[in-house]
Amino acid sequence: MNFSLTKEQMLFQQMIKDFAEREVKPLAAEVDDLERFPIETVEKMARIGIMGIPIPKQYGGAGGTNVMYSMAVEELSAVCATTGVIVSAHTSLCAAPILEHGTEAQKQKYLPKLASGEWIGAFGLTEPNAGTDASGQQTTAIEDGDNYIINGSKIFITNAEFAHVYVIMAMTDKSQGTRGITAFIIEKNTPGFSIGKKEKKMGIRGSATCELVFENCILPKENLLGKLSKGFGIAMKTLDGGRIGIAAQALGIAQGAIDETVKYVKERKQFGRPISAFQNTQFQLADMNTKTEASRMLVRKAAYKKDAKLPYSVDAAMAKLYASETAMEVTNKAVQLHGGYGYTREYPVERMMRDAKITEIYEGTSEVQKMVISANMLK
Amino acid sequence: MKIVVCIKQVPDTTEIKIDPKTGTLIRDGVPSIMNPDDKSGLEMALQLKDEKGAHVTVITMGPPQADLILREAYAMGVDRAIHLTDRKFAGADTLATSHALAGALRKIDFDLLITGRQAIDGDTAQVGPQIAEHLDLPQVSYLENLKFDGDKTFTMKRHIEEGYQMLEVEAPCVVTVLSSANTPRYMNVGGIVDAYQNEVELWGFNEIEVDEKDLGLKGSPTSVHKAFSRGLKPSGELYEVETDEAVGIIIKKLKEKFILN
Repeated sequence: MNFSLTKEQMLFQQMIKDFAEREVKPLAAEVDDLERFPIETVEKMARIGIMGIPIPKQYGGAGGTNVMYSMAVEELSAVCATTGVIVSAHTSLCAAPILEHGTEAQKQKYLPKLASGEWIGAFGLTEPNAGTDASGQQTTAIEDGDNYIINGSKIFITNAEFAHVYVIMAMTDKSQGTRGITAFIIEKNTPGFSIGKKEKKMGIRGSATCELVFENCILPKENLLGKLSKGFGIAMKTLDGGRIGIAAQALGIAQGAIDETVKYVKERKQFGRPISAFQNTQFQLADMNTKTEASRMLVRKAAYKKDAKLPYSVDAAMAKLYASETAMEVTNKAVQLHGGYGYTREYPVERMMRDAKITEIYEGTSEVQKMVISANMLK
Repeated sequence: MKIVVCIKQVPDTTEIKIDPKTGTLIRDGVPSIMNPDDKSGLEMALQLKDEKGAHVTVITMGPPQADLILREAYAMGVDRAIHLTDRKFAGADTLATSHALAGALRKIDFDLLITGRQAIDGDTAQVGPQIAEHLDLPQVSYLENLKFDGDKTFTMKRHIEEGYQMLEVEAPCVVTVLSSANTPRYMNVGGIVDAYQNEVELWGFNEIEVDEKDLGLKGSPTSVHKAFSRGLKPSGELYEVETDEAVGIIIKKLKEKFILN
């Protein structure tokens, strides 16, 4: 049992903290305010390998671990949750399923571009009538000679507007329910494929969340990912990995809110003393920090198990459940400790509280995580 | 082209604590970083590598924990790292340090030697120029910019008090670089993954070409008379007045201090 970071991880943490502080933090308020996708940050991250951390070197990635990847999403999210989710969706939801389920030709074609950050990735499962109940997919893929003809739409797609490649799910056999779902890789300029409405969101406002629209979209058969009718399994496995990313994002938001709050309570004076001198402040901070550290242990454990090729689905669900609920609780307390100022956009905790909420919802709601965890207990 | 960059690990703080008895720095509990001027020197070397192709070696002298900045240098893109470490080097002032480094550099073939202008822990700006003297090489200090013609000649922009100088210098030569010369790159993630797989060569007294009497405490003519933390400045006087009156007050104060006649 060893809770220390390795030398490589420490060196990585030094770099990513420095990068987040100098390149990401200065843009966070503007990205939120203008609902602007921080493309220049993506380019900077691409140059130093952040867009391909756990992708093997043979496919142009950094050859790093999922622990490193989770540390990156954590540190980025501590200063800007939008930037954190851009990396998370790109890596966990697009590059990872291609790495795990793609043919060698698909890996050679897509991974070097994704890992280098030349291309941004996205993932499409959710539909207007298929959220938690993913079996209600309406998007269809009908075989037509050497192609599939895709019709339907996907919603709430992170990175959608700026992505170049998408992993999407569609029904190849509606009569089979979840066993009729197949995964596909779609490139941006595929005929019949377009980006629809952009969502106006409460938080993570820069992440370019849009609808994907397929109108007789013609997709060559070589773009089928994995095996025919195995899409549901691929989607669930992909979300297991994605949950490590979102848990890390939630962890980062909580840590970021704590960092801001510690700074604030030392400066803010009431009744002639800094508010850090009051026991209520101290007890709140102690709770915030303890829960955040517990989240960190869950996130790192899930990432470690994925690296060790051990089953990690339940660990990822626990990490995501606990870290996201902690992020909501911690940011709520952070705003409270900031008082009226915390409710204004002059202080980042206001944004952090809005950003935290989504972590309890996307890539499986807290309720879904509880289903995953308890199902494993009761099987 | 072969470039060698001298780098140093320094405490990351402007509040350096000093041992009142020995007058030396207390390093415990202070995070360590690559000296900023040296990091800009390294960036200059890596830019030359990117543009014209070059083999870049970093060398540091220091205790075992200085290994960290050599790993960082690998993650930034250097090709070779040498760690000079030996009990015989301990207690060195700038002169003994430069003798040890020069002793190592006699064993390395290079066209350009880059050092930072000065280290933030000692602020002497002596080691780079001293190395150049020991090796009998031309030196240009306080560099803002350097271009290589691809053959033998460097064009350099050197910062001086009144402005800057432009110089042309032929290889091999020694330059010292200012941290304002560039913004050093971040470590690359793939480079970090490999940083501890790369070899850091450990060199001691036996690996270098130097006279033992020039090393360590014996080779250090500097003795610290007294070291102390500078006291806090008083908060000063604040006037909220019109510009004309303000100018008058400033002139009066400067005359009181005999700065103006």
